[in-house]
This record gives sequence, C-alpha cells and structure tokens, in this order.
Amino acid sequence: MNDMTPTREQREAQLQGMGCKRKRVEDIRFTQGKGNYVDDIKLPGMLYGDFVRSSHAHARIKGIDASKALALPGVIAVLTAEELKGLNLAWMPTLAGDMQMVLADGKVLFQNQEVAFVVAEDRYTAADAIELVEVEYEELPVLVDPWKAMAPDAPVLREDIKDKTEGAHGRREHYNHIFKWQVGDRPGTDEAFARADVTIKETFYYHRTHPCPLETCAALASFDKVKGELTLWGTFQAPHVVRTVASLLSKIPESKIHVIAPDIGGGFGNKVGVYPGYVCAIVASIVTGRPVKWVEDRMENLSTTSFARDYHMTTELAATKDGRITAMRVHVLADHGAFDACADPSKWPAGFMNICTGSYDIPVAHLTVDGVYTNKAPGGVAYRCSFRVTEAVYAIERAIEVLAQKLGMDSVDLRMKNFIRREQFPYQSALGWEYDSGDYYMAMQKALDAVGYKELRAEQARKREAFKRGETRELMGIGVSFFTEIVGAGPSKNCDILGVAMFDSCEIRVHPTGSAIARMGTKTQGQGHETTYAQIIATEIGIPADDIMVEEGNTDTAPYGLGTYGSRSTPVAGAAIAMAARKIKAKAQMIAAYLLEVHEDDLEWDVDRFQVKGLPEKFKTMKDIAWVAYNAPPPGMEPGLEAVSYYDPPNMTYPFGAYICVMDIDVDTGVAKTRRFYALDDCGTRINPMIIEGQVHGGLTEAFAVAMGQEIDYDEAGNVKGASFMDFFLPTAVETPYWETDYTVTPSPHHPIGAKGVGESPHVGGVPCFSNAVNDAFAFLGSTHIQMPHDPWRIWKAAERLGLHQ
Amino acid sequence: MSTIEQVPVTVTVNGKKYQRFVDPRMLLIHFIREELNLTGAHIGCDTSHCGACTVEMNGMSVKSCTMFAVQADGASITTIEGMAAPDGTLHALQEGFRMMHGLQCGYCTPGMIMRAHVLLKENPDPTEEEIRSGIAGNLCRCTGYQNIVKAIQYAAAKLNGRTVQEAAE
Amino acid sequence: MIPGQFAYHRPSSIEQAVRLLADLGDEARPLAGGHSLIPMMKLRMAAPEHLIDLGGIADLKGIRDRGASIIIGAMTTQNELIHSDLLAAKLPIIRETSLLIADPQIRYVGTLGGNVANGDPGNDMPALMMCLDAAYHVAGPSGNRTIKARDFYEGAYFTALQEGEIVTSVEIPVPPAGHGYAYEKLKRKIGDYATAAAAVVLSFSGGKVATCAIGLTNVSETPLLAEEAAEILIGTALDPASIAKAVSAAEAITAPASDGRGPADYRTKMAGVMLSRALQRAARRAAA
Repeated sequence: MNDMTPTREQREAQLQGMGCKRKRVEDIRFTQGKGNYVDDIKLPGMLYGDFVRSSHAHARIKGIDASKALALPGVIAVLTAEELKGLNLAWMPTLAGDMQMVLADGKVLFQNQEVAFVVAEDRYTAADAIELVEVEYEELPVLVDPWKAMAPDAPVLREDIKDKTEGAHGRREHYNHIFKWQVGDRPGTDEAFARADVTIKETFYYHRTHPCPLETCAALASFDKVKGELTLWGTFQAPHVVRTVASLLSKIPESKIHVIAPDIGGGFGNKVGVYPGYVCAIVASIVTGRPVKWVEDRMENLSTTSFARDYHMTTELAATKDGRITAMRVHVLADHGAFDACADPSKWPAGFMNICTGSYDIPVAHLTVDGVYTNKAPGGVAYRCSFRVTEAVYAIERAIEVLAQKLGMDSVDLRMKNFIRREQFPYQSALGWEYDSGDYYMAMQKALDAVGYKELRAEQARKREAFKRGETRELMGIGVSFFTEIVGAGPSKNCDILGVAMFDSCEIRVHPTGSAIARMGTKTQGQGHETTYAQIIATEIGIPADDIMVEEGNTDTAPYGLGTYGSRSTPVAGAAIAMAARKIKAKAQMIAAYLLEVHEDDLEWDVDRFQVKGLPEKFKTMKDIAWVAYNAPPPGMEPGLEAVSYYDPPNMTYPFGAYICVMDIDVDTGVAKTRRFYALDDCGTRINPMIIEGQVHGGLTEAFAVAMGQEIDYDEAGNVKGASFMDFFLPTAVETPYWETDYTVTPSPHHPIGAKGVGESPHVGGVPCFSNAVNDAFAFLGSTHIQMPHDPWRIWKAAERLGLHQ
Repeated sequence: MSTIEQVPVTVTVNGKKYQRFVDPRMLLIHFIREELNLTGAHIGCDTSHCGACTVEMNGMSVKSCTMFAVQADGASITTIEGMAAPDGTLHALQEGFRMMHGLQCGYCTPGMIMRAHVLLKENPDPTEEEIRSGIAGNLCRCTGYQNIVKAIQYAAAKLNGRTVQEAAE
Repeated sequence: MIPGQFAYHRPSSIEQAVRLLADLGDEARPLAGGHSLIPMMKLRMAAPEHLIDLGGIADLKGIRDRGASIIIGAMTTQNELIHSDLLAAKLPIIRETSLLIADPQIRYVGTLGGNVANGDPGNDMPALMMCLDAAYHVAGPSGNRTIKARDFYEGAYFTALQEGEIVTSVEIPVPPAGHGYAYEKLKRKIGDYATAAAAVVLSFSGGKVATCAIGLTNVSETPLLAEEAAEILIGTALDPASIAKAVSAAEAITAPASDGRGPADYRTKMAGVMLSRALQRAARRAAA
C-alpha cells in the first residue's frame, strides 16, 4: 500500500453512509428557488379551476344557475353534480369505506363544501366567475355538537344512507352513527375496576385542528384524448394510491394513468386523501381536452381539505393504592364531520387508538369508539402522527397525571412503577399490539437527570409558596410525557388501504460505472428521503451516497408503494431499501468470488468492497464489480446489477421517548411561556442525526402550536371559525420555544437496519407534554383537567374558576 | 363587467429590466411567478401572514401577495433566483441554510432567505433574539426555526469574515 | 384569493388625488400601504372600481419638527417611524408601538395614515393618537381641515372623514420632557391584532401624577380614550389602590367583541391588565 491508498476510515467517510450528518441533496435546488411544486408547472393551453362553495353548513340546494358565469368571456365550463353524474363521479369512495360527494348532490353538509367547479382561461377569470354562479339554498337544521348527533330528534345529515343499518365497520345505531369499534376485554376490565382501590375518570377533548402544510393542496390534470392517457401532477403523499383510485373512478387503465408528485411543500397528513379538487381537475381535463390546474387557497385548505383529531375521550384508570395500574377503560366519541373520510388503514375505523395503554404494563383494558356525523368538514387525517396515536397518547399521558394526583404520587414515580420493563419485550399489550423493543426506564432516567428534575420540583414548591403569599402572580408547571408510538403501517395481515396491502418498495439499479439510482414507493415532503435513503444504500453496498440518486413520486418509474405518512417511510421503505441492497450485495459477492478465484464464504465485506478473509490486499470494490456485472459476468450469470424489493413488514415499529417541559404561567393574562423543553427520542438506529434533530424540532413546534392554540372551531350555525392565518395559530420564530434534543438507541429487532422512524414522535409526545405542564401548574389548587387548546384566554378562565383573580 | 385597461409596468428584477402591460389587479406574486417565470417565491396564505412570497424591493422585504404589480412600477426587485453569484456560487445565506439544516420541505425557504438578506443588511450581526423578531413575518411549518436561526448566524459569521460553525446538531 | 377588477390611478399630488376621489365618487378608494385593503379585496369583501394609489405623492411623506409638535406625513411607513431619531427623542412611544404592529415586511409598507384613517378598531395607532391628542390634517373636495384624533372615530370602519377626503398628515403635540410612556399589547402571536392594548403617557410633579392620558386598543368598536381613568390618577402617587380604581374605570368603558382572541369578559379584563402594566412601566420611565 502506498501513501495515496485511503484508509478504512477515509473510505468510510467518503461513503457518507448511515449515522453521519450528511448535508441534504434537496437543499441545492430549494435554496436557489428551483424546487418544482405543482403550482410551478405550466402546460400549454392550461386552464384553471375554482370552486363555488357553500355558504351554509346544512342546506338543500334548490337550484344552480351558471348562465351568468358561462357568459363571462374566458369561462370554458361550469361543472355541477349533474354533469358528474353522467360520468358516475358525483360521489367518490373515501378511504374509510364511506362515500363522499365530489360536488354537492342535492344538499350541502358543511360550510365551504364544493358546489360547482368553474373552469376558465386564467385564475383571475375563474375567481370572477365563481361570484356569478347563483345557488339557491333552503337552510336545514345544523348539527355541530357530536354529543347531540345520536339524539332521537337530531337532524338527518346523510339522507343517502339514513336507512342503512350496516356500515363499513358494522352496525349503525342511528342515522348519524358511523360505527362502533370495540377492542379488549370488557368483562375483565369491568371486574378490575370493581375491585380497584383507586379509580379516575376524566373526559379529555382533543380538539379539531388541521395539518396545514405551507403549500396548500393542488393538482394539474392533463388528459390526452388521442392516447387515452391521463397525466396527473399533484400534492400527493401517496401517488400510487391516487393512481389506483383514479383508475377505479375513471375506468382508465392504471397503465394509462401517470401520476406525478413533484416537490411537496409539507404534508403532515393533509395530502394523503383524494379531494374533490383532484377529481374535478381530472374531469374538467377530460371534458375540455385541455390541461386543468386547481390550487386551493388557504381558507379552502383549512376549512375543507381534511381536519385532524376531534376526539372526546372519556378515560378511566384503575389502580392499587400503591400505584400499580390494574385496568384502563376508554370511550371515544369521534366527530368525523359530514363524510367518514378518515385516512386510516381500511380495517381500522379509529386508527391505532388501541395503543392507548401507552408505555405501561396494564393487564386488562377496553376501548370503545363511536364515530358520528356532524355538519363539519370531512377528514380525520393523521396530522404528524400515525393513525390516531396522538389522541391515544394524549389520553393515557393525561390520565397518568390525573391518577398520580389522586394517589398523591409524583407522576414520574407512577410512570416508572408501571413501565413495560425491558425484559418484557416483545410485549403483548392488553389491546392487541406486540411492542418490538424498548428501554423505557433508562430513557426516563436520562431525561430526569438531564433537566435536574428534583431541583425543578423543589423550585416549583418554592414558587407555589411564594404565590400563596402573594409575592408572585406566576405559576410554574412541569410537564412530563412518556410516549410509545406505533408506526410503520403495516403488515399485510392487518393493514391495507382500499384492499391494497401496506407494503412498500425499492428498486436499485447500479450502473456499470458504479453510480446508482434508487426508486421508491414513498414520497418525501420535506423529510429528506433523497439524502437519507442514499445513506442507507451507501452503507449497505459501498457506493458513496453522492453517487446515488433517489427518485420518488413518478408512478411510471417508481415501484408500487403506499407512500409517506404515519412515519412509515423508514420502517417500511427503509427496510425495502436494505433488502434490495442486500440482493445486489449477494450477487456482487458471487462476482467478487469469481474474480478473486475464491469461494464466496472466503470473502468478507469491508466498507466498499469484498476482500479475501485474512488477505485485505486481495479485494474487489463495488465499483469494480459493477463494471464486471454488466460486461463480463461469470459464466452462466445474467448480466446487470439491480434489484427490487417489496417489503411487507412483520410488525409495526415502536419508537418512544421522554419529554419534559417547564412553563411559567402568568395567571393574570393566561399567557404561558415555555422556559425549557427537553426531548429524548429513541427511534432505534439513527440514519442521519442532523435530519432526526430537524424532524424533532419541527414536530415539537407543531405540537406546541396544537397544544397552545391551534384549532378549527365552529359556531352554532356551523360557520367555520379561524380558517385563516390571522386566527389559526401557527407560531412564528418569536413564540416558538428553544428545543433541547437527546436520544437513546434501542434498535427494532425485526427491522433490517433496526430503524423505527421519528418524524412524528415529537408531535405525539409533545402535545401531552405541553398540556401536562399547563395542567401541572394548577394541579396543586385541586384542578384535574383543563381542556386544550391552552391559549391565553382558556388558561385565564381556568385560573378564574380556581378563584385566582380575586 | 367592464374591461379594464392594461397598464404598463417596468421593473428591474435580479438586474434585468422587464416591461409588461398588466391588468391593474395582477398581484406582484403572480407577475413574478407567471409573467417572469420566476417560481421561487411562493403563495402560502393569501393574507400576508406567512411570508412565503417575500421578495426584496428597493432594499425592503415585501410580501408580494399583498401588493399589485403596478405598485412596483419603477422598482428594483431581487428574488431568490438572483441570490447566487453569476458563476453559480451560493450566497452565504443559501450556504448557511444548507449547512445548518435550515429547511425541510423548502416551500418557505426562498421567502425566508430573502427576508434574512435584508435583515443582515440592516443588522449585520444580529443576536438570536433579533433574528427571531426579524423573521417573524415568515412562517415555517417544518423546522421550528431553530436551525433557521443558526443558518442566519452562519451567514452573518461568514459575511463578517469569521470562521463558521461546521454543521447542525 | 383574487381581487376583483379595478382601474388604477397614481396621482403625484394631493390635489390630483383629491380631484380623482371627487370625480370618481364612492366607487374609488385611496390605497396607502394596502395591507388592510388588499386582503379585503382578495376576500372580495371590498370591490372598489378605482384605486387611487397615494404612493406617488411626495408631499405625503416625511417627519417634520415644528417645535411644540411633530408633523408626520400620512404615507410615512411604520419602518420609517421606527428609525426616526426625532421621534425616538421626542415621542419614543411611537417607536414602541410601531414595533408591535404586524411584522417586519408589513412595517416597510404599512403607513401611519392608513393605520389611523381606515377605522379598523384593531389598529394600534388610533388609540395612541387619541392618547397623544394628535390631530389629523385632512384634504378634501371642500378644502383642508383638521380633525382631532379624539373626535375622529365613530364606529368600526366609520370615521369623521367625509366622502372624498384623505388624511394628509398627523400632527402630534410633543409631550413634556421627562414624561413617562408605555404601550402594552397582549396578542396571541406576531402579526395578530391586540387581544387588548393600552397606551399611557403621563408626567409627575412632586411625586404625584401631574398629567395622564390613556388610550385603549381593540376593546370596542372604536379606539377608546379612557378619560375618567386618567382623571382618577391625577394627583395620586400611582399607588396600587388608585391604579385599581383607574383600571375599573377603564374596564367599564370597554365593549369588546368575543372572537378567537377570547370572550368579551376576558378581553375587558385584559384591557385592565394592560393598562395597569402600562401605568407602572410609564411611571418607571418618568422623571419624578
């Protein structure tokens, strides 16, 4: 070896593989304004679509007169449900087994519902034309409160199914009832409660909010009449699913539908579903023979394309007097709005709400979820969380606090006492999940040590005394949350979307000169897949990440996959990458053995090469092998070096973490200031620590927003309130706290590289942590629960109820 | 509806002079994106809250979604596309955003960088607090701002000739 | 969101602007910074047929020292107010308030004239101008006149401006040297209107409050001048009991709307809290 020969460390560094803080490939275009988002795409002859929307929350449509709009120069067409019926597209199936109106068919069921679709030469003319479409409404009684949905005299919302007693998820008990979903051992749970020393019961309302990515939803449809082919660009977190749904709806073969998700300006669950705007753009392109673009504005986004949460969770815990939890019982009233368009795997009407036993070894539990219709927007998407996991974690982590309060214990001690212990993994939960791995005690202890928990509690005690003496008007709250996520949907045995199993995929082609392209069934929306996927491949097959191009979002070139949401990319597609890479590596090993004239078993892998065991100077690099694989493969071996893997995960992954928040609350204004926030995450194997940290910052910021003020609210007439950035709470850099991050590493035993996923953990764990901090501040005064969102006026009202303003 | 007369607009964008006749109601963001095909600036909220449409106009940061193109007549505008040097060398801010992981989905980034550009001209060495107030007209949904602050600090350090921090985390 | 069509006019003098407004009648609207009007037009809640852009009128710009008063051109931006050395020396409360308006981008464009003239109760400058006893110089079809800020606001978006009139400048009497001041604003986030805000300017003589004026923002259909509250404080040492009495008097004149910032009772109480804090901060800044 001469001096120029790179050392092993240098070779490793050059790969920029797993574990390094590789700078993002995506940023080169994004920092120069060269991203390519849907609204950046222009096609010759392109038209623009815009919606006429309902001003009422519940009304019968007596007539639609589009003649004035059609008379406006530049207006090409106005679509209504009548036109769509001709194509059998007035309604479309939802992911949850319901049907949803594409355009209002006879009535409207929520404010801003899509009534007519105007198509014009430019977006200005389209906006003028929607003002000219005259819709005559007859108002109907409005149902806003889900607790009144099943009253005997409640207004009938869904006349189309009012007499249908069987829904997609079993029996419907009322015309506004969607489903009842029950999991667990009811008699066993009842019995444990009857025997318990201590029980608590509290209804936690997790309010309605919205994922609100900075880019709204958009689509551009271009139908080629000659070829009979449809090309559809859109803000799609799951482009293949969109292609399948588009094919089922339009009857165009999937082979003639080209779905392309270009760069996406954030998704957070908002861009999983199929929305009327997409369908109308497609229909308008088929009808007019020209490309049609639809881009929603922010108010349309916040008020129509999905929502998140809206769960009323009556949560009960039973325990022994020394703090051993013996049972859990939860009833959820789920407000699904006008159509059941929840984006959950099809067999899971309430997502994975049955992860609600959390990080604790609770021997028996029972969960019931009742879904009901109201005059609100449809949706129920997983806003930066796996399906309903945020709700589940909120319920258990608030309940733990309430129980600790009743027991007179520190909630951390209660958590420690009931944690699933390291040696219990794989752990079978009372509500049916098999947790893969965890070391909760160590994570909790590390967090406590990092923040100086005991000293914080001592400081809080001093502050409370000072408050009682009237020396301060500030209360200190310490919020703790310990969460277990369930991500990586999912195993085909229990996860599918409209019958499509929730595998994911990767195709890797190594080119003859040793660079490579990988194509994926997932779709990044800011997570940095182009960067991190290449790192996995680099480590697996020894090609520098910079020489690996990752491509997603084009259904013509990418293998079929279920897309990116629910933190599934790393657990599922990340596994597919490793498996595809290992197929390549296996073939490469055969080639290397042939070239080095040894048996395959005599070779060992070393960073970027196969070398003969004990003779490291005898080696073939992956680059050498790639050339040979194409041009001089061993006799009898097929040329080429590529592989595809479709990965059906054996189980979910279960990331976890311990979060601690310190808050100072001004009881006179209700303003809560986060003094400190510490987040420890365990996402198993860490692929790129820089990106993990970025994901944690972002997730915590969204958690902060949701917990402290972000909501979609309705007045009694069903008018949506706060659907613009004036009111919808998106914190700026000034309000956003500083985040401290930390980690432990407990790899997933069933994942090829041990990774668990991280993008959503900080949201899932963050919301209860903030809420616990607010609640903790007032707990010493006897308060058990203050509802979210914790905006200043609600905190002030809580203080008022506790008599703190006298 | 009466047909409105188009009005002439002359603007210099990224050093290049453009003359167009536009409908008076054409928003500056649409003028930049659709007439000039500079799609770096984005629309995020329509109501002047998010700052994704921020461009630099006559040395000020403005929200181009809440301004008519006619109001920019005679102005000199810089967009994200004008930030890198002609030879392709990235501006210190563009470099800083990448080095410090100051972006994720990239949608807010052009507006954020353009805002930071004016901020650093007015205050070449801002404190963290000054940066946070200085970018408070720009919303980001991905990063939680912490690394954006670091990215701007990175650029400030570089522009002030100081050694820069190596990487995020 | 796309505004409706309009014809665009860009006069270069106040006279031209006034003539255009007179000729075009109530289908015309003056355009200042545009950050109130343009969003309304994009929402199609405003649809003027003519926009008279005041941005080309040099006479509407600038800050001039008149000794006993300072005259600020209506098209002076909030950013210019923030960076004025004259205002920093003589009327520092203007800078303090300007920094709490909207966000940096909007402050480059948003003007003092637009903020005071459009009658939006959420705007911060009107209550401050009432507190400072400013006067608005107005030009219109029947000539020029001056309207006291304290007489200007009649209801939400209703002001003493007659059809065709525009505010050309704002004249503010300079408070005595050594005055104390504070603008306290409670808001949910940067860019929001006030949940409640209070402007206070006061002076002491011999340890007692000698002069005091109080303005309240966004807790009624119009900005409020809390005269009784101010009177209660004159002659006191700003002791807690007097402050409490003043706060009660101020709260009594509020009539806020219930909205996303909170229910009316909360916002009334916040007006009181902001006032109490503004008084204490102003007192700390005042010469004894």
